[in-house]
Amino acid sequence: MNASVNEIESLRDRGLLEKQFDDPVQQREAATLGMWVFLSTEILFFGVLFASYTICRILYPHGFAYASRETDFLLGTIETGVLLTSSSLIALGVRAIKLDQRALAAWLLAGTAALGVTFLVMHGFEYHKEWTEHLIPGLNFARGGPYARAIELFFCLYYFITGFHSLHVLAGVCVIGGLAIRVARGAFGPERFTTLELAALYWHLVDIVWIFVYPLIYLVGRAG
Amino acid sequence: MVAIDADTHIDTAPRNFLNCETGLWSWLTTHDHKRIGILYAIGITFFFFLGGAAATLIRLHLVTPNGAVLDAETYNKAFTFHGVVMVWFFLIPSIPATLGNFLLPLMIGARDVAFPKLNLASWYLYIIGGLFTICALLMGGVDTGWTFYTPFSTMFSNSNVFLVIVGVFVTGFSTIFTGLNFIVTIHNLRMPGMKWFKLPLFVWAMYAVSIVMVLATPVLAMTLALIGLERGLGVGVFDPALGGDPLLFQHLFWFYSHPAVYIMILPAMGVVSEIIPCFAKRDIFGYRFMVYALVAIAVIGFLVWGHHMFVAGMSVYAGLVFSILSFLVAVPSAIKVFNWTATLHKGAITFEAPMLYALGFVGLFMLGGLTGLMLAAPALDVPLHDTYFVIAHFHYVMVGGSVMAYLGGIHYWWPKITGKLYNEALAKFSAILMFCGFNLTFFPQYVLGYEGMPRRYAHYAPQFQVLNVLSSAGASILALSYLLPLAYLGWSLFRGAAAGNNPWDARGLEWQTTSPPPTENFFKPPVVQDAYAYDQPAP
Repeated sequence: MNASVNEIESLRDRGLLEKQFDDPVQQREAATLGMWVFLSTEILFFGVLFASYTICRILYPHGFAYASRETDFLLGTIETGVLLTSSSLIALGVRAIKLDQRALAAWLLAGTAALGVTFLVMHGFEYHKEWTEHLIPGLNFARGGPYARAIELFFCLYYFITGFHSLHVLAGVCVIGGLAIRVARGAFGPERFTTLELAALYWHLVDIVWIFVYPLIYLVGRAG
Repeated sequence: MVAIDADTHIDTAPRNFLNCETGLWSWLTTHDHKRIGILYAIGITFFFFLGGAAATLIRLHLVTPNGAVLDAETYNKAFTFHGVVMVWFFLIPSIPATLGNFLLPLMIGARDVAFPKLNLASWYLYIIGGLFTICALLMGGVDTGWTFYTPFSTMFSNSNVFLVIVGVFVTGFSTIFTGLNFIVTIHNLRMPGMKWFKLPLFVWAMYAVSIVMVLATPVLAMTLALIGLERGLGVGVFDPALGGDPLLFQHLFWFYSHPAVYIMILPAMGVVSEIIPCFAKRDIFGYRFMVYALVAIAVIGFLVWGHHMFVAGMSVYAGLVFSILSFLVAVPSAIKVFNWTATLHKGAITFEAPMLYALGFVGLFMLGGLTGLMLAAPALDVPLHDTYFVIAHFHYVMVGGSVMAYLGGIHYWWPKITGKLYNEALAKFSAILMFCGFNLTFFPQYVLGYEGMPRRYAHYAPQFQVLNVLSSAGASILALSYLLPLAYLGWSLFRGAAAGNNPWDARGLEWQTTSPPPTENFFKPPVVQDAYAYDQPAP
C-alpha cells in the first residue's frame, strides 16, 4: 500500500507485479485468498469420499471393523509421523526464507519433498502387501466368508481415499521439489515468499486430510 | 455508402479491446477478461443451438402419441444430450462466464480478474469438456438421462457414459476456476471507494454464485469419478450388486445438482436487478435486502437437495425437513420479486428490449417458483414426481428465467460490449415472441403433468395429444425467437450505428468507460456512486 509509484513501476518492469494489481500487497492477498478458496474445494473433493465411507460403514459396521484390521497399522502410523514431520519442515522453511536464510530454506523444502517421497514409497509397500494378500478389489480380490462384500467395499474406499490422497502428495512433492531448487538459486527472499507460503498451505491441507484418513482406515475397528 | 461509412468508422474508432490486436491467435492466447467473455459467448451459443436441436427433435417426436421421428432408444439419447448440453455447457456457464467475465472487473473498477491466465484456462477446460461430450454424441450418444442414475449408468447402459462423464468432469473444473477467480476478484480488486454495499447487485449475484460453484462442483466431480471407476473397473460404492448404495449416489448428485439450479438462477437475478432500475429510472427497492436474499438463496440452496428424492425411499422425517427447507428458499426468492415490483412502482418506465426480457423473467420466474413450492410439498410431489409438471416447473425457472435474463443481459450490455446498436423493433418483437412461444411450449406441460403424463417416455397415451401438439407448436415459435437475435445482433456487429458510452443513461462503472472499452478497461479512473443512483446525474 505504501509503495511509491517508482517502486510499483520497477516491480511491473521486472515482472513481479501483474497488471491487474495496484501493489504487491494486493497481489499477495489475492493469491493467498485464491489458495484458501482452492483448499475449500479440496475439502469437498475429499468430503465425498468421507461421506461414502461413513454411509458404507453404517451399512456394514462389523465388516468394516474386520477389514480395518487387515491394514498395516505399523506402516500407517509411521506414514502419519513422516507426513506430520514434513509439514513442520515446510513451515520452518517458510520462516527461514522470511529471515533470509536461503540455504536453510532450500534444505528444509528439499527435506519436505524427500519425506513426501518416503510417504509414497511406504504406501507402495502397503499396496504391494495387499496385492499379495489378494485385497485389491477389481484386480485380484479373493476373500470369502460373511464379510467378503464389506471387506471389498472397505478396500475399495481405502484405495479411492489413499489413492486420491497420494496423488495430492505426488503433486506436492513435484511442486515443493521444484521450489526447493528455485530457492537454492535465490529466486525467493524476505520480499518474495508468497509462492512458498501457498505451497506450504497446500501441503498442510494434504497433511490434515491424512489426519482424518489415518484413524478412519487404520485405527477404527482395532479396539473392538 | 453505408459500407464505406462503417469502414471509416472502424478506422477512426478509438483503441479498444477488440481492435487492439487482431487475428485468431491473439484471441486464443488472450488474458483479457472481456475477450475471454466473448470466447465463452461463442462457445455457449454453439452449445445452446446444439442442445436446442436435440430439444427440437424431442418436440417433433412428441407430436404423435406413438412418436413421430425417433425410436425409443434414440429418444432417450436425444433428451439425455439435450439435458447434458443445456445444463453443463449452456446454463451453468451462460451468464457468469460471458456477462460475468466481461462485466465484473468493469463494474468494480478493476483492470482484469485476479487470475487472468486461470480465466483463459477455464475456457479451454470448458471447450475440452465440450469436445468430449460431442465425441460421445458422434459415437452414438448416451441414454442415462442427464442425472446418470446408478446402477443404470454404471452397470446396464450400453452407451458412451464414460466419455460424457469425462466431459462434464473436465467442464466442472472450468466452473470451479471461474468461481475461484470471481471470489478473489470481488474481494481484492474493488477500486478505492467501491465498498461492499456499493456493489451492483449483479456483482453480488456473481459473488453468491461463485461460492455455490466452488463448494458444489467438487462434489459432482468426485461423484462422476466414482461412477467412472465403477463403470470401468467394476469397483465402487453405488452399485447394490457390489454391496453399495444407489441412494448415496442420488444424495451426492443432488447435493451438487440442486445448488446447480441456483448457479443458473442467481446470475439471472443479478442481470434483472441491473435492467429494471435502469428502465424504471429508479433506485432498486431495498438494496440491502436484495443482497441478503442473494446470499440466503445461495446458503439455503445447499440444504434442500433431498426434495428431489421424496419418492426414493426417504424417511418421513427427512422428507419433512427437506420440505420445510425448500419452502424457506421461497422467502428470499419472493423478497426479490417483491422488490423488483416495488422498484417499478412510480418509476418512469420505458419498454426497451432488455426491459421486456427482464419483465418476462419476473413473470416466468414467479410461475416457475410457485410451482416449485407445490413440488416442495411431499404430498403433492409424490403424485407429480417424474411427470411433465416437473419438466414445466424447471423449464419455467431455467428457460423462462435464466435464458430470458441471459438474453436481456446480452441486449442490455450489447452496446457496451460491441459499441453498436441493434434494431430495437426487431429486438422487442423477438422478446415478446419468446415470452409467447415459451408459455405456449411449457404451460401445456404443467397441465400434462398434472393429468399424469410421465416424463422421459418416447410414447404417451392418446388423450395427451392435443396439449403435446400445442407444446410442439410453441417450441417452433420459441425456436424462431432464439434464431432472430442471432440474425439482428449479428447484423448490428457490421452495420449497427455507434452506441456511444451510455445509450440507456444507466448508472454503474461499466457505463463510464468507452464502448467497447479499452483493454485496460478505463482511460481515466471512474467515479464511484451508489449502485443505482438514478436520482443523481451520471458522472
